[in-house]
Amino acid sequence: MYALVDGNNFYVSCERVFRPSLNGLPVVVLSNNDGCAIARSNEAKALGIAMGAPWFQIKHLAEDAGLVALSANFALYGDMSDRMMSLAAGLGPAQEIYSIDESFIDLSGVKGDLVERSHKIRARILQWVGIPCGIGIGPTKTLAKLANHIAKTAERKPGVYPDKLSQVCNLAALDQAERDAVYAATAAGEVWGVGRQISKQLQAGGIHTVLDLMKLDPATVRSKWNVVLERTVRELQGTPCIDLDHSPAAKKEIACTRSFGRPITEQHHIAEAVTEFASRAAEKVRKQHSQAGQVLVFIRTSPFRKDAQYSRSMVTPLRHPSADTTCIVKAALQGLNHIFKQGFNYAKAGVMLLDLQPDTNQQAELDLEDGDSEEDRTKLMTAMDTLNQRFGKGTVLTASAGLDGMRREWSMKQLRRTPAYTTRWDDMPVARA
Amino acid sequence: MYSNCVSYPPVPITATPCLLDLVPTRICAGFPSPAEDLGAERIDLSKVLITHPQATFLQRVSGHSMKDAGIFDNDILVIDRAIKPRHKMIVVAVVDGEFTVKQLFQRAGRVKLQAANPTYPDIVPKEGQTIEIWGVVTSCIKQFPSA
Repeated sequence: MYALVDGNNFYVSCERVFRPSLNGLPVVVLSNNDGCAIARSNEAKALGIAMGAPWFQIKHLAEDAGLVALSANFALYGDMSDRMMSLAAGLGPAQEIYSIDESFIDLSGVKGDLVERSHKIRARILQWVGIPCGIGIGPTKTLAKLANHIAKTAERKPGVYPDKLSQVCNLAALDQAERDAVYAATAAGEVWGVGRQISKQLQAGGIHTVLDLMKLDPATVRSKWNVVLERTVRELQGTPCIDLDHSPAAKKEIACTRSFGRPITEQHHIAEAVTEFASRAAEKVRKQHSQAGQVLVFIRTSPFRKDAQYSRSMVTPLRHPSADTTCIVKAALQGLNHIFKQGFNYAKAGVMLLDLQPDTNQQAELDLEDGDSEEDRTKLMTAMDTLNQRFGKGTVLTASAGLDGMRREWSMKQLRRTPAYTTRWDDMPVARA
Repeated sequence: MYSNCVSYPPVPITATPCLLDLVPTRICAGFPSPAEDLGAERIDLSKVLITHPQATFLQRVSGHSMKDAGIFDNDILVIDRAIKPRHKMIVVAVVDGEFTVKQLFQRAGRVKLQAANPTYPDIVPKEGQTIEIWGVVTSCIKQFPSA
């Protein structure tokens, strides 16, 4: 048996803990660069704001309907997530943190009433951390995720599902008739792993609800669609096909890309950004004990602007696979040198590390060129990571990242960012006395 | 009597666990402990101040309404949201969407927030209103200019 614990409107809920005046108001949290809505309060959902709605399209609601928009404050969300996850872990013996606001809990061996236990954990997360959660329970991860959707919908839209399923929904505790009624009231597109494309195809084939979908024969599903959907159908039928993922596999590709706060035209500004992205990517690759064989760098203009368009990328192979920041930065900047063209308004750049391999396979080479042999900089890199971890991001950096701190030309636009209430001494909330 | 009590400069505190040197001397009172010199692990202030790490938050004080309780302007409150608020506890409450620190009065079906300064009035919820308690204040940290 699995449970899925998921924070409601997580980013908005985090903000509301420290700004209680936002309770009851329509609130959205905007993505990097204040581009589009990535979290919506129930009141904002009621205004008809869709997930991912571009800010310029909903901007007018700030005046018309009192909509409050905030820039994403990931330092805050990360800390609140950590608190929430460690309390959610109390539900069962094993936990998989699936995303910043969702975790699966393995309930095997847990005795007693699971619904009652879940309500207690939920109440504890709400009181201790201030985040409201939904908890779904089912015999497979897909069913737990579906149950979670039902628990949240039952709370938000009374009447759609029986009231007792609000906040906590254990599908396994329902009798067959109740379960079928719930499945019949839920669109097939709500099922985990059923994308928009497949959902359309299913509808065309007369499969509208979860009940329709789970009645399909898995073998037919595989021949008509694919193994992924087959697995989903089996999971809906109660056969676990997806295990709890305790330690996510090392990534096969590491990317660090971002849009600029405003259009950038100068190569040296882009070089600063590329240096930082390459450094971040190098840090990530060291963290998972891999090294990269190739470095891809790309730059592009904004397709949303009407000016001249340009987009190019380049892959630079490294002489030896490496996790060395300076080496990866050098390759990225070399690539940039080749693809950069004067005269465009650049909107985005990125660095991707490809051809990743474990850092245990060191490939040795005869030292033929005098003075050009690469020294082992593992110790330097470890020191750099330790310093940046202890004293904050960017304490030690490659000089080509630029030294203007947050005032750099390409920095993100985050006009509505709330303070880092829980992670910065100077950003602490204020209590009136 | 205090001649062997060295004064140490205040140590700035970070929100993360903070290690302090275990000072091998104590204010002299009574007999010295034979175990005094055996201290090995550094005193961790956060271990003493924080009982429920997931539920503990810090807030800075602004104002003078709690001065008789020893809470002054610019102090830092350690707030534990896991503790059930009870009569006489010092709490952070949400009043008109803002955080306010006061003493909770909860007796004979009456609830109000009391200041610890006679010049400030009590905060009494209006008919049908409830006072929303955000968390219970467990400590108050003062930092003095040290540089």
